[in-house]
Amino acid sequence: MITKDTTIQGYRRENGRVGVRNHVIILPVDDISNAACEAVANNIKGTMALPHPYGRLQFGADLDLHFRTLIGTGANPNVAAVVVIGIEEGWTKLIVDGIAKTGKPVVGFSIELHGDHDTIMRASKAARELVQWASEKQREACSVSDLWVSTKCGESDTTSGCGANPTVGNAFDKLYALGSTLVFGETTELTGGEHLVAARCRTSAVKDQFMKMFNGYQDVVNRHKTSDLSDSQPTKGNIAGGLTTIEEKALGNIQKIGKKCMVDGVLDKAEAPTGPGLWFMDSSSAAAEMVTLCAAAGYVVHFFPTGQGNIIGNPILPVIKLCSNPRTVRTMAEHVDVDTSGILQREMNMDQAGDKLLECMLRTANGRLTAAEALGHREFVLTRLYESA
Amino acid sequence: MIDFVVHEDGDSVGTIVVEGVKAGAKLTGWVMEQDQTIAVKTVSDIPIGHKIALKDLANNDTVIKYGVDIGRTVAPIKAGEHLHVHNVKTKRW
Repeated sequence: MITKDTTIQGYRRENGRVGVRNHVIILPVDDISNAACEAVANNIKGTMALPHPYGRLQFGADLDLHFRTLIGTGANPNVAAVVVIGIEEGWTKLIVDGIAKTGKPVVGFSIELHGDHDTIMRASKAARELVQWASEKQREACSVSDLWVSTKCGESDTTSGCGANPTVGNAFDKLYALGSTLVFGETTELTGGEHLVAARCRTSAVKDQFMKMFNGYQDVVNRHKTSDLSDSQPTKGNIAGGLTTIEEKALGNIQKIGKKCMVDGVLDKAEAPTGPGLWFMDSSSAAAEMVTLCAAAGYVVHFFPTGQGNIIGNPILPVIKLCSNPRTVRTMAEHVDVDTSGILQREMNMDQAGDKLLECMLRTANGRLTAAEALGHREFVLTRLYESA
Repeated sequence: MIDFVVHEDGDSVGTIVVEGVKAGAKLTGWVMEQDQTIAVKTVSDIPIGHKIALKDLANNDTVIKYGVDIGRTVAPIKAGEHLHVHNVKTKRW
């Protein structure tokens, strides 16, 4: 059972935030800088490149989101230091300056006028210094409420709604009482239960903001929709697992916000919260996109309930998987961090399941690798809002 | 042994939580909110995670789970029958 006196061994960063990993990342501004970033990460052991397919010819809100996601990823307290590489120096500097506001070491390199070879050589020298510097960072005792915890479920089935998701809800209720900073999202996946989330909003202003985001996403769906959303919501996997309609899926999804938490505010995609409490982030329900947005918003531990067995991970945000489907726990054991299948046989009550998840969270925060980390799942997937120019 | 779980009293459906349920089996269900057990005989083979109807439903009836509307029937469904995408649709999209 966690209390306000519970501590974890974390990394206290320059801006006071607490991280649970000590990554040095090599971050491309754009798609064509992936090769240089991967070469640097190959040269310098203990660093990690985060390749992605975007960053050229984006504009307006879509470009703002791109920048916010990259800056937020570099700024995340699970990251000790950053090397940024872009094709040209303008946007590269913009990303470097954004990350530098945290006070952590960050250096940028642009490829034009230098080429890959020279850029890789100079960036490798910088990365070597940064990784050696970071490797001397020590963990220190930090309050459990310093952890920012996100949640999103995936490849859900009906066991998610009666086991794994309410387990997250139980843990969220306990963390909320300690003043933790929490987030959930998946805007379309509240369809059929949006009234339940609206009723949990702290103020009428928050409720209005939530409903505006919800209705805005419904407009996107209505503009492009096909019969049954082309088996995308619910997904083929959801349907194979027994979920029949979006309403049923949504009601299971909402179990993750527990019974006592209030929704204290709303966030745009990849936007950092301004204080403790439970936040709603307007976001895709696709696992890698949503978890990437949580990492960019500054969250340092993630609860990921699954039914049929989503195997997602993230490069910088440890993703803790929990599952209540006994068949999935048996057939995909290497992906499951917390087995909550006992709930369905009354061998474990929700309070015990919530404590089991929190115990895994503490161990993960103290340094234990999650299944997704050990298996090398580093899905870094940027959300796009519309076409490039 | 719990064969299926029901979120709350009044729900139209239960969720099968064991593998290998065959038509004709007598199943034990657990109503989580009220912490009661109930018994239902299945008339279909139902995979783990899929739903069993707990009462007779007419065409175009509302299906209730978690005490909330989860869609409408598009065919009559008997108590004990497999309830899924072949006989229930969303009301949303």
